[in-house]
Amino acid sequence: MAVVSQVLTPEILGAPKPVGSLLRRALRLRRTQIGLGLALFILAIALIGPRLAPHDPSAFVGTPSSTSVPGALFGTDHIGQDVWSRFLSGGLTILVLAAVSTALGLILGISVGLVSAYSRNVLDDILMRIMDVILAFPQIMLALVAIATVGPNPLTIILAVGLTTMPRVARVTRGAAQPVVERDFVAAAEAIGVPRARIMLSEIFPNILSPLLVEASLRLTYAIGVIAALAFLGFTTNPGAPDWGLMINENRIALTVQPWGVVLPVAAIALLTMGTGLVGDGIARAAAGIDRSRGAG
Amino acid sequence: MLERPGGPTGPGRSGGIRMFLLRRILQGLLVLLLVSIVVFAATQALPGDPARAILGRSATPTSLANLREQLHLNRPVVTQYLTWAVGLLHGDAGRSFSAQEPVTKYLSDRFVNTGFLLLCAGLISIPLSIVLGAYAALWRDRPFDVITGLFTLVLAALPEFVVGLVLVVLFATTVFPVLPAVIVIPPGGRPWDQPLGLILPIVTLVLAVTPYVARIMRASMVEVLESDYVEMARLKGLPERLVLRRHALPNALGPTFQVIAINLAYLAGGVIVVEYIFNFAGIGGALRNAVADHDIPVVQALAMAIAALYVVLNLLADIGTIVVTPRLRTRL
Repeated sequence: MAVVSQVLTPEILGAPKPVGSLLRRALRLRRTQIGLGLALFILAIALIGPRLAPHDPSAFVGTPSSTSVPGALFGTDHIGQDVWSRFLSGGLTILVLAAVSTALGLILGISVGLVSAYSRNVLDDILMRIMDVILAFPQIMLALVAIATVGPNPLTIILAVGLTTMPRVARVTRGAAQPVVERDFVAAAEAIGVPRARIMLSEIFPNILSPLLVEASLRLTYAIGVIAALAFLGFTTNPGAPDWGLMINENRIALTVQPWGVVLPVAAIALLTMGTGLVGDGIARAAAGIDRSRGAG
Repeated sequence: MLERPGGPTGPGRSGGIRMFLLRRILQGLLVLLLVSIVVFAATQALPGDPARAILGRSATPTSLANLREQLHLNRPVVTQYLTWAVGLLHGDAGRSFSAQEPVTKYLSDRFVNTGFLLLCAGLISIPLSIVLGAYAALWRDRPFDVITGLFTLVLAALPEFVVGLVLVVLFATTVFPVLPAVIVIPPGGRPWDQPLGLILPIVTLVLAVTPYVARIMRASMVEVLESDYVEMARLKGLPERLVLRRHALPNALGPTFQVIAINLAYLAGGVIVVEYIFNFAGIGGALRNAVADHDIPVVQALAMAIAALYVVLNLLADIGTIVVTPRLRTRL
């Protein structure tokens, strides 16, 4: 397979296969459609929800932890705030933090992976050992260590999640880039004196986009999970503000009498991560399909 | 089968198994040394004043000075690190701020409890994921494969706490309240005295780790089943059961061991959230509380313990891979 795809490298077929075609193939799969639908649905709730909230999310509307409060669709939470309004307003923080930290992790990881694969010397070893050190922590662990010291401010969470995303992305990037580095067009670019940074960005990077897209959706899924879990453990950037993770934590004591305060945010996080997970799997399948057709053809 | 470039076992170099293991152990120790520096840096050497971060804005100058003294913050950073690291090597992880007792004493029972929880989850999820993955590969594209494929895909995407809370809603509180929602272990008690309370935490961890390993096992088994030696074994007339047990399974297990090791280590991360949900008295819950209380010595000790667990599991996975893959033994 490796040999066959070497023959049909992009420079023979023309420009590197555009990502657009991969995404179009992925979108033809039912699982990608469902996943994208779920993710967009939750994204819409998080974005538009705050405007639709019938009450101020921090206003007292009735007896705490009750399901029968007039004007409160899903009842009240542990201190008498409207569950529905807090649910509608509570998704944005998680999504923004997850998106920013995933982006940070991708940028750092892709850079390290490209440099590592392209350097082919002791720098490769050093960078990978550093990545190993970060990999020796479960992702949530490093975030907790940082929060223990400086508190759960947005920067801490973004840095901790981004830095722990980095080594995983770096490994995938390096693995995908290593065979590309050996190709003739890289040697050709070196021969005509293209700067190394440009070779990495415009010769190698476009050729490893499909595994990176799969990795990006996987990392986004995990980043959402970690950031929601931190909030569930009680570490949010703004203690009083509505937040799905924190809502679950606050309302789980009254689970038997007022399940909505837990069920709504749990369902939202579940649907969101399922959605991004399905999209990732769809892209992975589409990418594998492209490889297979190349190998066969 | 193609040698996976840059695979976890790395390219075979000369020196035999003993040298290989020695190299792995040394690498593991190096990683632990670097991890200790990271943990220390993240908890004590961060820019800003850790004492103020720990005590908050309302701290008095005296209490700040006392804490700085207790944390040895007045000494050079390198000395601080060495004092801490040498203490760790002697089994002295300092005193817990909130429990007001030595960290090792505070955590010893919790280590046993968490160890038991992880052991149960591992003993169930490893065989389960291997069997699920192997059968999915064997019955590729048939209903069993499609259904387990979708289930594992969806489960793998869900955060552990979501899985745990769904179980609590379903089986402990709202829908069928048949199991306890929390497990209360009295001081000096042991988790195995309360088997009912253990069910939900263990099931949560199993559901968190099985899908991923099962998917890798399936992929690895699919590759092996298409290999020349499996075809050869079939062609020479071996019964299918022997083909699977003697030729396919051991080779498919090799790459899976690595993934199992990594996932068991991540169980240690999942355990933080799962113990908190079920109020289980283990190191995960202790870590959550230590973070909330800024109890730095406890956080440092637990971070090191979890990293050490990861290194040890990876080493075991390397050994496991060599044991089940004779091909690698000769190449070393």
